Amino acid sequence: MSQLLLDTVLKKFEDISGPEVVEESKINFNEPFLTLASEKWNLELARLLVEDEKLRFDFLCCLTGIDYEEHMEVVYNFYSMELDQYLCIKVKMPRSNPKIISVQPVWKTADWHEREAYDLLGIEFIGHPNLTRIFLEDDWVGHPLRKDYKFDKEEMGL
Amino acid sequence: MSIKTEQMVLNIGPQHPSTHGVFRIEVVIEGEYIRKAKPVIGYLHRGTEKLAEDLIYTQFIPYTDRLDYMNAMTNNYVYCAAVEKLMEIEAPERAEYLRVITMELNRIASHLVWWGTYLLDIGALSPFLYAFRDRDTILDRLNEISGARMTFNYMRIGGVKWDAPEGWIDKVKETVKLLRENFAEYHQLVTGNEIFIGRTKGVGIITKEDAINWGLSGPILRGSGVKFDLRKNQPYSIYDRFDFDIPTREEGDCFARYEVRLDEMFESLKIIEQACDQITEGEIVHKKGQRIMMIKPPAGETYFRCEASKGEIGVYLVSNGKNKPYRLKLRRPSFVNVEILADMLIDRNIADLVAIFGSLDVVLGEVDA
Repeated sequence: MSQLLLDTVLKKFEDISGPEVVEESKINFNEPFLTLASEKWNLELARLLVEDEKLRFDFLCCLTGIDYEEHMEVVYNFYSMELDQYLCIKVKMPRSNPKIISVQPVWKTADWHEREAYDLLGIEFIGHPNLTRIFLEDDWVGHPLRKDYKFDKEEMGL
Repeated sequence: MSIKTEQMVLNIGPQHPSTHGVFRIEVVIEGEYIRKAKPVIGYLHRGTEKLAEDLIYTQFIPYTDRLDYMNAMTNNYVYCAAVEKLMEIEAPERAEYLRVITMELNRIASHLVWWGTYLLDIGALSPFLYAFRDRDTILDRLNEISGARMTFNYMRIGGVKWDAPEGWIDKVKETVKLLRENFAEYHQLVTGNEIFIGRTKGVGIITKEDAINWGLSGPILRGSGVKFDLRKNQPYSIYDRFDFDIPTREEGDCFARYEVRLDEMFESLKIIEQACDQITEGEIVHKKGQRIMMIKPPAGETYFRCEASKGEIGVYLVSNGKNKPYRLKLRRPSFVNVEILADMLIDRNIADLVAIFGSLDVVLGEVDA
């Protein structure tokens, strides 16, 4: 079942963006799991995930930013209310210039998730309507969830 | 000459009696109508996800208590279960029963806090006292098994920390009976009240499509007519062994969410009763969970989610094979549920602000992480 879904998504992605759109595909804990490079990930693919009658991923459960030291990633966990199926998509980007499209136009819930990833990891979401810090003050320096984030204990009064 | 109304900016919070936490909202009003709203959060941000990266797996459990402190058992569970999923281990049967009983008791306690404070916010004082009377009975039971009234730190990776003290299961059964009688009073006390209905019916409507697109979950989603509950739709733990319903309403307004939550408390009582009848003696923690320094999930990543009192709580966990999480993302239902607030308030009367915000049942500890 998961394998079938994985093959369907792969085929549909390739039909739109060519044969090399997906870097890696596998089944991870019984869920289809795809890895893409950020330059291949676009709103057309995102819309396909919602609109296609075999996919219908209308519910974005979670959006996670991860710093892997050599690169950065954004992970999307999707669920389909209508078809009761899951999908995980991982988008990789270079650490020196982490930029990715905003999926807020497709799933409104992405709004604050993306602001959180911007605030704590410094990932820039292109096309986001209000990409500002969400937890930390506007003049905060740095992004705490980055692995090389340094903080001055003395300055913080510790 | 016509009289023009000028727009003005009104700042509510960060400290305000109705926010139960530190939340600020800037609203632009024109007369009594809200034209624009901007929620400002982060006052309680403690960097929970960053702290996790510097703690061994078991050490992080007490931090989950402090996210949604009204519903700490489920937070404990979702984290432990995510680690168990990565380690591919399962908690012993007795532990799962104890988990279900404590989680459901806690769900009721959480809904009671909401019920009492929501009515307090919109002007009814006495329901609060009824709610806290009953919540206290539940907290006594949870205190007896975990040693704490709110921040339980009760669950462990692979099971639970303490077995039930002697006679505890029977006490829980009595509590269920007592609560069922008391909850019947709630409807007499509040549900049919004309003022209450006037303030909540037709107010703060969320459509089905909006609810899904905004990622809403829990009673809010079900109040908008979506029959979705992770306990049924993707059963975790041992929820597939119990007979219970998922209450839903079609209206999507504040009153619908109120009704869903009240109905859910009765469903939780059903689950607790069945769990108390089915529970047997046995181990309470998996042997791999006992040596806490040695908990090292194999390298990999997974997303695990379950149904908290406020909706879908999820953990995205990345392990690099060491004894501390490489990255831990918490999908907190309150954080996601409050996102829609700014949209809901547009062109509403300022008097509805508290009724709408309250109906979302947001805990700020969880919003700000």
